[in-house]
Amino acid sequence: MSIESFMNDAISPWMKNEGPESDIVISSRVRLARNLQHIPYPIIAKENQLGEIISQVKEKYAGQNHIKFGVLELLQMNELKENEKRVLVEKHLISPNLSRETKAGAVLLSEDESLSIMVNEEDHFRIQCLLSGFQLDESLRYANDMDDWMEEKLDFAFDEKRGYLTSCPTNVGTGLRSSVMMHLPALVLTKKFNRILPAINQLGLVVRGIYGEGSEAQGNLFQISNQTTLGKKEQDIVEDLRSVVSQLIQHERAARESLLQQSQILLEDRIYRSYGILAYSRRIESKEAMKRLSDVRLGIDMGLIKDVKGNILNELMILTQPGFLQQYAGEALLSEDRDQRRAALIRERLKLELAD
Amino acid sequence: MLCQECQSKQASLHFTKIINGEKTEFHICETCAKDKGDYIPGSNSFSIHQLLSGLLDTEQPFSTTKESPSLKTQREELTCKNCGLTYQQFAEIGRFGCAECYRTFDEKLDPIFRRIHGGNAEHAGKIPKRKGKDLHVHREIENLRSTLKTQIENEEFEQAAKIRDKIRSLKNNLQEKEGD
Repeated sequence: MSIESFMNDAISPWMKNEGPESDIVISSRVRLARNLQHIPYPIIAKENQLGEIISQVKEKYAGQNHIKFGVLELLQMNELKENEKRVLVEKHLISPNLSRETKAGAVLLSEDESLSIMVNEEDHFRIQCLLSGFQLDESLRYANDMDDWMEEKLDFAFDEKRGYLTSCPTNVGTGLRSSVMMHLPALVLTKKFNRILPAINQLGLVVRGIYGEGSEAQGNLFQISNQTTLGKKEQDIVEDLRSVVSQLIQHERAARESLLQQSQILLEDRIYRSYGILAYSRRIESKEAMKRLSDVRLGIDMGLIKDVKGNILNELMILTQPGFLQQYAGEALLSEDRDQRRAALIRERLKLELAD
Repeated sequence: MLCQECQSKQASLHFTKIINGEKTEFHICETCAKDKGDYIPGSNSFSIHQLLSGLLDTEQPFSTTKESPSLKTQREELTCKNCGLTYQQFAEIGRFGCAECYRTFDEKLDPIFRRIHGGNAEHAGKIPKRKGKDLHVHREIENLRSTLKTQIENEEFEQAAKIRDKIRSLKNNLQEKEGD
Protein backbone atom coordinates (compact mmCIF):
# COMPACT_ATOMS: atom_id res chain seq x y z
CA MET A 1 0.00 0.00 0.00
CA SER A 2 1.37 3.46 -0.85
CA ILE A 3 1.87 5.88 1.99
CA GLU A 4 -0.64 8.26 0.44
CA SER A 5 -3.52 5.84 0.29
CA PHE A 6 -2.64 4.45 3.71
CA MET A 7 -2.85 7.92 5.15
CA ASN A 8 -6.07 8.65 3.39
CA ASP A 9 -7.62 5.69 5.15
CA ALA A 10 -5.92 6.49 8.41
CA ILE A 11 -6.94 10.10 8.79
CA SER A 12 -10.57 10.60 9.73
CA PRO A 13 -12.26 12.90 7.21
CA TRP A 14 -13.14 15.37 9.98
CA MET A 15 -9.43 15.85 10.66
CA LYS A 16 -8.78 17.12 7.16
CA ASN A 17 -10.90 20.21 7.69
CA GLU A 18 -9.11 22.96 9.52
CA GLY A 19 -11.31 24.31 12.27
CA PRO A 20 -11.15 27.73 13.92
CA GLU A 21 -8.00 28.51 16.01
CA SER A 22 -6.46 25.34 14.63
CA ASP A 23 -2.93 26.63 15.22
CA ILE A 24 -3.55 25.96 18.93
CA VAL A 25 -6.74 23.94 19.34
CA ILE A 26 -6.40 20.55 17.66
CA SER A 27 -9.90 19.24 18.28
CA SER A 28 -13.09 19.72 20.29
CA ARG A 29 -15.15 16.88 21.64
CA VAL A 30 -18.50 16.48 23.37
CA ARG A 31 -19.64 13.18 24.83
CA LEU A 32 -23.07 12.30 26.20
CA ALA A 33 -23.61 9.21 28.37
CA ARG A 34 -27.01 7.54 27.98
CA ASN A 35 -28.54 4.34 29.35
CA LEU A 36 -31.66 2.30 28.93
CA GLN A 37 -34.20 2.18 31.74
CA HIS A 38 -34.53 -1.49 32.62
CA ILE A 39 -31.33 -3.23 31.61
CA PRO A 40 -28.47 -3.27 34.16
CA TYR A 41 -25.32 -1.38 33.23
CA PRO A 42 -22.60 -3.27 31.33
CA ILE A 43 -20.44 -3.69 34.46
CA ILE A 44 -22.95 -6.16 35.96
CA ALA A 45 -25.34 -7.00 33.13
CA LYS A 46 -25.56 -10.55 31.84
CA GLU A 47 -24.30 -11.35 28.40
CA ASN A 48 -27.78 -11.90 26.98
CA GLN A 49 -28.93 -8.52 28.31
CA LEU A 50 -26.07 -6.75 26.55
CA GLY A 51 -26.76 -8.84 23.46
CA GLU A 52 -30.32 -7.53 23.61
CA ILE A 53 -28.96 -3.98 23.39
CA ILE A 54 -26.83 -4.90 20.39
CA SER A 55 -29.85 -6.35 18.57
CA GLN A 56 -31.85 -3.19 19.37
CA VAL A 57 -29.02 -1.10 17.93
CA LYS A 58 -28.87 -3.28 14.83
CA GLU A 59 -32.58 -3.02 14.31
CA LYS A 60 -33.05 0.68 15.08
CA TYR A 61 -29.83 2.51 14.15
CA ALA A 62 -27.30 0.45 12.17
CA GLY A 63 -27.37 1.27 8.47
CA GLN A 64 -29.93 4.01 9.10
CA ASN A 65 -29.48 7.28 7.27
CA HIS A 66 -29.16 10.26 9.57
CA ILE A 67 -29.88 13.60 7.97
CA LYS A 68 -26.59 15.11 9.09
CA PHE A 69 -24.23 12.20 9.64
CA GLY A 70 -25.21 9.88 6.80
CA VAL A 71 -25.34 6.12 7.17
CA LEU A 72 -24.22 4.77 10.53
CA GLU A 73 -21.99 1.73 10.37
CA LEU A 74 -21.93 -0.79 13.23
CA LEU A 75 -18.61 -2.38 14.18
CA GLN A 76 -18.72 -5.14 16.78
CA MET A 77 -15.64 -5.72 18.90
CA ASN A 78 -15.83 -9.50 18.58
CA GLU A 79 -15.64 -9.22 14.80
CA LEU A 80 -12.56 -6.99 14.69
CA LYS A 81 -8.90 -8.00 14.71
CA GLU A 82 -6.73 -6.87 17.63
CA ASN A 83 -4.92 -4.31 15.54
CA GLU A 84 -8.07 -2.93 13.96
CA LYS A 85 -9.34 -2.17 17.45
CA ARG A 86 -6.06 -0.54 18.36
CA VAL A 87 -6.32 1.71 15.33
CA LEU A 88 -9.83 2.79 16.40
CA VAL A 89 -8.42 3.67 19.83
CA GLU A 90 -5.57 5.66 18.32
CA LYS A 91 -8.06 7.56 16.19
CA HIS A 92 -9.96 8.38 19.42
CA LEU A 93 -13.08 6.72 18.01
CA ILE A 94 -13.35 4.19 20.82
CA SER A 95 -11.86 3.95 24.31
CA PRO A 96 -9.26 1.37 25.33
CA ASN A 97 -11.92 -0.09 27.65
CA LEU A 98 -14.34 -0.70 24.81
CA SER A 99 -11.64 -2.39 22.73
CA ARG A 100 -11.30 -4.96 25.54
CA GLU A 101 -15.06 -5.45 25.76
CA THR A 102 -15.11 -8.38 23.35
CA LYS A 103 -18.42 -9.93 24.33
CA ALA A 104 -20.94 -7.22 23.55
CA GLY A 105 -18.97 -4.05 22.85
CA ALA A 106 -19.69 -2.22 19.62
CA VAL A 107 -19.43 1.18 18.01
CA LEU A 108 -21.66 3.04 15.57
CA LEU A 109 -19.65 5.28 13.25
CA SER A 110 -20.75 8.09 10.98
CA GLU A 111 -19.29 8.28 7.47
CA ASP A 112 -16.88 11.11 8.25
CA GLU A 113 -16.04 9.60 11.65
CA SER A 114 -16.87 12.86 13.42
CA LEU A 115 -19.56 11.00 15.31
CA SER A 116 -19.18 7.72 17.13
CA ILE A 117 -21.50 5.97 19.52
CA MET A 118 -19.90 3.43 21.80
CA VAL A 119 -22.29 0.67 22.82
CA ASN A 120 -21.88 -1.30 26.07
CA GLU A 121 -18.80 0.50 27.34
CA GLU A 122 -19.24 1.80 30.90
CA ASP A 123 -22.69 3.06 29.89
CA HIS A 124 -25.07 1.50 27.37
CA PHE A 125 -24.44 4.38 24.97
CA ARG A 126 -21.79 7.04 24.73
CA ILE A 127 -22.49 9.52 21.97
CA GLN A 128 -19.33 11.33 20.99
CA CYS A 129 -18.86 14.17 18.53
CA LEU A 130 -15.31 15.11 17.56
CA LEU A 131 -14.56 18.17 15.40
CA SER A 132 -11.32 19.82 14.33
CA GLY A 133 -10.24 23.10 15.88
CA PHE A 134 -12.19 25.11 18.43
CA GLN A 135 -15.81 24.09 17.80
CA LEU A 136 -17.32 23.22 21.17
CA ASP A 137 -20.75 24.70 20.49
CA GLU A 138 -21.04 22.80 17.23
CA SER A 139 -19.93 19.56 18.89
CA LEU A 140 -22.58 20.00 21.56
CA ARG A 141 -25.23 20.74 18.96
CA TYR A 142 -24.38 17.66 16.89
CA ALA A 143 -24.19 15.37 19.93
CA ASN A 144 -27.57 16.73 21.04
CA ASP A 145 -29.05 16.13 17.58
CA MET A 146 -27.87 12.54 17.71
CA ASP A 147 -29.23 12.16 21.25
CA ASP A 148 -32.67 13.39 20.12
CA TRP A 149 -32.58 11.12 17.09
CA MET A 150 -31.74 8.08 19.19
CA GLU A 151 -34.31 8.98 21.80
CA GLU A 152 -37.08 8.84 19.19
CA LYS A 153 -36.63 5.08 19.14
CA LEU A 154 -35.46 4.08 22.64
CA ASP A 155 -36.32 5.20 26.18
CA PHE A 156 -33.29 6.60 27.96
CA ALA A 157 -33.15 6.39 31.75
CA PHE A 158 -34.03 9.87 32.98
CA ASP A 159 -35.01 11.07 36.42
CA GLU A 160 -36.59 14.45 37.04
CA LYS A 161 -34.34 15.14 40.00
CA ARG A 162 -31.06 13.51 38.92
CA GLY A 163 -31.28 13.89 35.17
CA TYR A 164 -29.77 11.28 32.87
CA LEU A 165 -28.76 8.27 34.95
CA THR A 166 -25.29 6.85 34.36
CA SER A 167 -23.20 4.00 35.64
CA CYS A 168 -20.60 6.23 37.31
CA PRO A 169 -21.80 8.92 39.73
CA THR A 170 -19.32 11.35 38.15
CA ASN A 171 -21.38 11.44 34.93
CA VAL A 172 -24.93 11.73 36.27
CA GLY A 173 -27.17 14.66 35.30
CA THR A 174 -26.17 15.87 31.87
CA GLY A 175 -23.90 12.88 31.15
CA LEU A 176 -21.81 15.49 29.39
CA ARG A 177 -18.06 15.59 29.11
CA SER A 178 -16.75 18.33 26.88
CA SER A 179 -13.08 18.47 26.12
CA VAL A 180 -10.59 20.33 24.00
CA MET A 181 -7.19 19.16 22.82
CA MET A 182 -4.65 21.98 22.82
CA HIS A 183 -1.09 22.35 21.59
CA LEU A 184 0.64 24.61 24.10
CA PRO A 185 4.40 24.46 23.40
CA ALA A 186 5.18 28.10 24.21
CA LEU A 187 3.43 27.99 27.58
CA VAL A 188 5.40 24.85 28.45
CA LEU A 189 8.68 26.26 27.11
CA THR A 190 8.31 29.47 29.12
CA LYS A 191 7.26 27.38 32.17
CA LYS A 192 4.02 29.34 32.46
CA PHE A 193 1.75 26.34 32.07
CA ASN A 194 2.53 24.94 35.50
CA ARG A 195 1.51 28.23 37.04
CA ILE A 196 -1.78 28.32 35.13
CA LEU A 197 -2.63 24.69 35.90
CA PRO A 198 -3.85 25.14 39.51
CA ALA A 199 -6.18 27.95 38.44
CA ILE A 200 -7.70 25.71 35.76
CA ASN A 201 -8.28 22.98 38.32
CA GLN A 202 -9.95 25.40 40.67
CA LEU A 203 -12.51 26.22 38.01
CA GLY A 204 -13.66 22.60 38.04
CA LEU A 205 -11.78 21.65 34.88
CA VAL A 206 -9.34 18.78 34.46
CA VAL A 207 -6.13 18.71 32.43
CA ARG A 208 -4.83 15.43 31.03
CA GLY A 209 -2.47 13.99 28.43
CA ILE A 210 -3.77 13.07 25.00
CA TYR A 211 -4.93 9.54 25.61
CA GLY A 212 -7.22 10.43 28.49
CA GLU A 213 -7.23 9.53 32.13
CA GLY A 214 -3.84 9.04 33.68
CA SER A 215 -1.94 9.48 30.42
CA GLU A 216 1.11 11.65 30.34
CA ALA A 217 1.28 14.79 28.25
CA GLN A 218 3.18 14.08 25.05
CA GLY A 219 4.15 16.56 22.39
CA ASN A 220 2.89 19.47 24.51
CA LEU A 221 -0.65 18.30 23.84
CA PHE A 222 -3.17 18.70 26.62
CA GLN A 223 -6.76 17.67 26.97
CA ILE A 224 -8.88 20.00 29.07
CA SER A 225 -12.35 18.94 30.14
CA ASN A 226 -15.17 19.64 32.58
CA GLN A 227 -15.34 17.65 35.80
CA THR A 228 -18.87 18.21 37.06
CA THR A 229 -21.92 17.07 35.12
CA LEU A 230 -24.74 17.71 37.59
CA GLY A 231 -26.54 20.93 38.48
CA LYS A 232 -25.51 22.99 35.46
CA LYS A 233 -27.08 23.38 32.02
CA GLU A 234 -25.23 21.76 29.11
CA GLN A 235 -24.65 25.14 27.48
CA ASP A 236 -23.18 26.54 30.70
CA ILE A 237 -20.80 23.61 31.15
CA VAL A 238 -19.54 24.08 27.61
CA GLU A 239 -19.40 27.85 28.00
CA ASP A 240 -17.25 27.58 31.14
CA LEU A 241 -14.78 25.40 29.27
CA ARG A 242 -14.92 27.65 26.22
CA SER A 243 -14.00 30.75 28.19
CA VAL A 244 -11.00 29.08 29.85
CA VAL A 245 -9.80 27.71 26.51
CA SER A 246 -10.11 31.18 24.95
CA GLN A 247 -7.90 32.59 27.66
CA LEU A 248 -5.36 29.80 27.24
CA ILE A 249 -5.24 30.57 23.51
CA GLN A 250 -4.43 34.21 24.30
CA HIS A 251 -1.75 33.23 26.81
CA GLU A 252 -0.19 30.79 24.35
CA ARG A 253 -0.18 33.45 21.60
CA ALA A 254 1.44 35.98 23.96
CA ALA A 255 4.07 33.43 25.01
CA ARG A 256 4.86 32.66 21.35
CA GLU A 257 5.19 36.37 20.64
CA SER A 258 7.56 36.92 23.54
CA LEU A 259 9.66 33.89 22.56
CA LEU A 260 9.99 35.34 19.09
CA GLN A 261 11.03 38.74 20.40
CA GLN A 262 13.36 37.62 23.15
CA SER A 263 15.01 34.52 21.80
CA GLN A 264 14.27 34.05 18.13
CA ILE A 265 17.63 32.42 17.32
CA LEU A 266 17.31 29.93 20.18
CA LEU A 267 13.80 29.11 19.12
CA GLU A 268 14.72 28.73 15.45
CA ASP A 269 17.65 26.54 16.40
CA ARG A 270 15.42 24.24 18.42
CA ILE A 271 12.78 24.04 15.72
CA TYR A 272 15.22 23.37 12.87
CA ARG A 273 17.15 20.78 14.89
CA SER A 274 13.90 18.92 15.47
CA TYR A 275 13.04 19.29 11.80
CA GLY A 276 16.44 17.85 10.90
CA ILE A 277 15.99 14.88 13.20
CA LEU A 278 12.55 14.10 11.78
CA ALA A 279 13.78 14.49 8.21
CA TYR A 280 16.86 12.30 8.57
CA SER A 281 16.68 9.98 11.59
CA ARG A 282 16.66 6.21 11.06
CA ARG A 283 15.10 5.25 14.41
CA ILE A 284 12.88 7.28 16.63
CA GLU A 285 10.87 6.45 19.76
CA SER A 286 7.26 7.55 19.97
CA LYS A 287 7.96 9.98 22.81
CA GLU A 288 10.79 11.72 20.96
CA ALA A 289 8.76 11.77 17.77
CA MET A 290 5.96 13.58 19.57
CA LYS A 291 8.37 16.11 21.02
CA ARG A 292 10.03 16.84 17.66
CA LEU A 293 6.71 17.01 15.88
CA SER A 294 5.54 19.53 18.46
CA ASP A 295 8.61 21.71 17.74
CA VAL A 296 8.10 21.55 13.99
CA ARG A 297 4.42 22.28 14.35
CA LEU A 298 5.30 25.36 16.43
CA GLY A 299 7.72 26.43 13.69
CA ILE A 300 4.99 26.07 11.07
CA ASP A 301 2.40 27.95 13.11
CA MET A 302 4.83 30.80 13.80
CA GLY A 303 5.72 31.10 10.12
CA LEU A 304 9.33 30.01 10.67
CA ILE A 305 8.94 26.85 8.58
CA LYS A 306 7.10 27.73 5.41
CA ASP A 307 7.14 24.72 3.10
CA VAL A 308 5.29 22.25 5.38
CA LYS A 309 1.58 22.31 6.16
CA GLY A 310 0.33 22.73 9.71
CA ASN A 311 -1.82 19.64 10.03
CA ILE A 312 1.29 17.48 9.88
CA LEU A 313 1.37 17.13 13.66
CA ASN A 314 -2.26 16.06 13.80
CA GLU A 315 -1.62 13.42 11.17
CA LEU A 316 1.73 12.13 12.31
CA MET A 317 0.82 11.99 15.98
CA ILE A 318 -1.77 9.40 15.02
CA LEU A 319 0.15 7.68 12.25
CA THR A 320 3.21 7.05 14.38
CA GLN A 321 1.31 5.26 17.16
CA PRO A 322 2.05 1.52 17.43
CA GLY A 323 -1.31 0.34 16.03
CA PHE A 324 -1.03 2.38 12.87
CA LEU A 325 2.59 1.47 12.30
CA GLN A 326 1.68 -2.20 12.48
CA GLN A 327 -1.25 -1.72 10.18
CA TYR A 328 1.03 0.03 7.68
CA ALA A 329 3.57 -2.76 7.99
CA GLY A 330 0.86 -5.38 7.74
CA GLU A 331 2.35 -7.37 10.63
CA ALA A 332 3.01 -7.19 14.35
CA LEU A 333 6.22 -5.29 15.09
CA LEU A 334 8.70 -5.40 17.95
CA SER A 335 9.29 -2.09 19.59
CA GLU A 336 12.72 -1.63 17.89
CA ASP A 337 11.21 -2.37 14.49
CA ARG A 338 8.51 0.12 15.27
CA ASP A 339 11.08 2.83 15.97
CA GLN A 340 12.65 2.14 12.61
CA ARG A 341 9.31 2.14 10.79
CA ARG A 342 8.28 5.29 12.59
CA ALA A 343 11.38 7.14 11.45
CA ALA A 344 10.85 5.92 7.88
CA LEU A 345 7.20 6.94 7.88
CA ILE A 346 8.00 10.44 9.13
CA ARG A 347 10.80 10.86 6.54
CA GLU A 348 8.50 9.80 3.72
CA ARG A 349 5.71 12.01 4.96
CA LEU A 350 7.98 15.06 5.05
CA LYS A 351 9.31 14.27 1.56
CA LEU A 352 5.74 14.10 0.32
CA GLU A 353 5.12 17.53 1.79
CA LEU A 354 8.10 19.08 -0.01
CA ALA A 355 7.15 17.49 -3.30
CA ASP A 356 3.71 19.15 -3.30
CA MET B 1 14.53 7.69 43.50
CA LEU B 2 14.80 4.20 41.99
CA CYS B 3 11.87 1.82 41.85
CA GLN B 4 11.95 -0.40 44.94
CA GLU B 5 10.72 -3.39 42.96
CA CYS B 6 12.97 -3.57 39.92
CA GLN B 7 15.73 -1.22 41.10
CA SER B 8 16.33 -0.13 37.53
CA LYS B 9 13.76 2.46 36.52
CA GLN B 10 12.86 5.77 38.14
CA ALA B 11 10.02 5.48 40.64
CA SER B 12 7.13 7.56 39.34
CA LEU B 13 4.42 6.32 41.66
CA HIS B 14 4.56 7.20 45.34
CA PHE B 15 1.87 5.65 47.43
CA THR B 16 1.32 5.70 51.18
CA LYS B 17 -1.07 3.24 52.78
CA ILE B 18 -2.15 3.61 56.39
CA ILE B 19 -4.12 0.75 57.89
CA ASN B 20 -4.84 0.76 61.64
CA GLY B 21 -2.11 3.33 62.10
CA GLU B 22 0.44 1.13 60.36
CA LYS B 23 2.11 3.02 57.54
CA THR B 24 3.44 1.34 54.39
CA GLU B 25 5.12 3.27 51.59
CA PHE B 26 5.65 2.25 47.98
CA HIS B 27 7.94 3.95 45.51
CA ILE B 28 7.77 2.12 42.23
CA CYS B 29 7.94 2.67 38.49
CA GLU B 30 4.96 2.51 36.18
CA THR B 31 5.78 -0.94 34.83
CA CYS B 32 5.98 -2.53 38.27
CA ALA B 33 2.87 -0.64 39.33
CA LYS B 34 0.95 -2.26 36.49
CA ASP B 35 2.15 -5.69 37.64
CA LYS B 36 0.96 -4.96 41.15
CA GLY B 37 -2.40 -4.02 39.70
CA ASP B 38 -5.09 -3.75 42.31
CA TYR B 39 -2.81 -3.07 45.25
CA ILE B 40 -2.07 0.45 44.21
CA PRO B 41 -4.70 2.95 43.19
CA GLY B 42 -3.70 5.03 40.19
CA SER B 43 -1.82 2.17 38.64
CA ASN B 44 -4.61 0.85 36.45
CA SER B 45 -7.57 2.13 34.53
CA PHE B 46 -10.01 1.64 37.40
CA SER B 47 -8.18 4.10 39.60
CA ILE B 48 -10.91 6.71 39.47
CA HIS B 49 -13.45 4.25 40.75
CA GLN B 50 -11.21 3.11 43.53
CA LEU B 51 -10.72 6.71 44.58
CA LEU B 52 -14.43 7.27 44.28
CA SER B 53 -15.30 4.30 46.39
CA GLY B 54 -13.46 6.02 49.23
CA LEU B 55 -15.85 8.92 48.82
CA LEU B 56 -18.91 6.73 48.57
CA ASP B 57 -18.27 4.59 51.57
CA THR B 58 -19.34 7.37 53.87
CA GLU B 59 -20.02 5.04 56.73
CA GLN B 60 -16.60 3.48 56.77
CA PRO B 61 -15.11 5.86 59.37
CA PHE B 62 -17.67 4.66 61.89
CA SER B 63 -17.61 1.00 61.05
CA THR B 64 -14.74 0.28 63.44
CA THR B 65 -16.82 1.53 66.34
CA LYS B 66 -19.41 -0.80 67.77
CA GLU B 67 -22.43 -0.97 65.58
CA SER B 68 -25.83 -2.05 66.78
CA PRO B 69 -26.93 -5.22 65.01
CA SER B 70 -30.15 -3.68 63.79
CA LEU B 71 -28.26 -0.88 62.07
CA LYS B 72 -25.98 -3.36 60.45
CA THR B 73 -28.72 -5.51 59.02
CA GLN B 74 -30.54 -2.43 57.86
CA ARG B 75 -27.51 -1.44 55.85
CA GLU B 76 -27.12 -4.89 54.44
CA GLU B 77 -30.70 -4.91 53.35
CA LEU B 78 -30.27 -1.90 51.08
CA THR B 79 -30.28 -3.90 47.86
CA CYS B 80 -31.47 -2.90 44.42
CA LYS B 81 -34.45 -5.02 43.43
CA ASN B 82 -33.76 -4.71 39.71
CA CYS B 83 -30.09 -5.66 39.50
CA GLY B 84 -29.27 -7.04 42.94
CA LEU B 85 -26.48 -4.57 43.73
CA THR B 86 -26.11 -3.82 47.45
CA TYR B 87 -25.09 -0.42 48.77
CA GLN B 88 -21.90 -1.99 50.05
CA GLN B 89 -21.05 -3.24 46.56
CA PHE B 90 -21.89 0.15 45.10
CA ALA B 91 -19.48 1.75 47.56
CA GLU B 92 -16.79 -0.75 46.61
CA ILE B 93 -16.96 -0.51 42.83
CA GLY B 94 -17.95 3.15 42.74
CA ARG B 95 -20.60 2.56 40.13
CA PHE B 96 -24.34 2.02 39.96
CA GLY B 97 -25.68 -1.27 38.63
CA CYS B 98 -28.77 0.07 36.89
CA ALA B 99 -31.17 3.00 36.72
CA GLU B 100 -33.22 1.58 39.59
CA CYS B 101 -30.19 1.79 41.95
CA TYR B 102 -30.64 5.57 41.97
CA ARG B 103 -34.06 5.14 43.55
CA THR B 104 -32.93 2.40 45.94
CA PHE B 105 -29.97 4.38 47.30
CA ASP B 106 -31.65 7.78 46.93
CA GLU B 107 -31.47 8.85 50.58
CA LYS B 108 -27.70 8.41 50.62
CA LEU B 109 -26.91 10.09 47.34
CA ASP B 110 -27.25 13.82 48.04
CA PRO B 111 -24.00 14.21 50.01
CA ILE B 112 -22.11 12.05 47.52
CA PHE B 113 -23.29 14.02 44.50
CA ARG B 114 -22.59 17.30 46.27
CA ARG B 115 -19.03 16.26 46.89
CA ILE B 116 -18.45 15.15 43.32
CA HIS B 117 -20.35 17.89 41.54
CA GLY B 118 -19.28 21.05 43.29
CA GLY B 119 -22.20 21.24 45.71
CA ASN B 120 -24.92 20.21 43.26
CA ALA B 121 -27.26 17.26 43.72
CA GLU B 122 -30.05 18.09 41.25
CA HIS B 123 -30.20 18.15 37.48
CA ALA B 124 -30.69 21.49 35.75
CA GLY B 125 -30.01 20.56 32.14
CA LYS B 126 -31.64 18.85 29.20
CA ILE B 127 -34.92 16.95 29.41
CA PRO B 128 -35.43 14.19 26.83
CA LYS B 129 -37.58 15.47 23.96
CA ARG B 130 -40.02 12.64 23.53
CA LYS B 131 -40.05 10.92 26.90
CA GLY B 132 -39.78 14.23 28.70
CA LYS B 133 -42.77 15.83 26.99
CA ASP B 134 -45.02 15.11 29.94
CA LEU B 135 -42.30 16.30 32.25
CA HIS B 136 -42.30 19.68 30.52
CA VAL B 137 -46.06 19.88 31.05
CA HIS B 138 -45.74 18.82 34.69
CA ARG B 139 -43.20 21.58 35.25
CA GLU B 140 -45.48 24.12 33.61
CA ILE B 141 -48.41 23.05 35.76
CA GLU B 142 -46.28 23.41 38.86
CA ASN B 143 -45.23 26.91 37.84
CA LEU B 144 -48.85 27.88 37.13
CA ARG B 145 -49.95 26.52 40.50
CA SER B 146 -47.54 28.75 42.37
CA THR B 147 -48.67 31.74 40.30
CA LEU B 148 -52.26 30.84 41.12
CA LYS B 149 -51.46 30.74 44.81
CA THR B 150 -49.93 34.20 44.87
CA GLN B 151 -52.79 35.60 42.81
CA ILE B 152 -55.36 34.24 45.25
CA GLU B 153 -53.39 35.65 48.16
CA ASN B 154 -53.40 39.02 46.38
CA GLU B 155 -57.11 38.63 45.67
CA GLU B 156 -56.58 38.86 41.89
CA PHE B 157 -59.46 36.48 41.26
CA GLU B 158 -60.07 37.29 37.61
CA GLN B 159 -56.47 36.45 36.70
CA ALA B 160 -56.57 33.41 38.96
CA ALA B 161 -59.61 32.02 37.17
CA LYS B 162 -57.74 32.15 33.87
CA ILE B 163 -54.77 30.35 35.32
CA ARG B 164 -57.06 27.74 36.89
CA ASP B 165 -58.63 27.04 33.48
CA LYS B 166 -55.22 26.73 31.90
CA ILE B 167 -54.10 24.21 34.52
CA ARG B 168 -57.29 22.26 33.96
CA SER B 169 -56.80 22.05 30.21
CA LEU B 170 -53.15 21.02 30.57
CA LYS B 171 -54.17 18.28 32.97
CA ASN B 172 -56.91 17.07 30.64
CA ASN B 173 -54.42 16.83 27.80
CA LEU B 174 -52.09 14.74 29.94
CA GLN B 175 -54.89 12.36 30.96
CA GLU B 176 -56.07 11.93 27.39
CA LYS B 177 -52.56 10.97 26.35
CA GLU B 178 -52.22 8.48 29.14
CA GLY B 179 -55.48 6.90 28.06
CA ASP B 180 -54.04 6.25 24.57
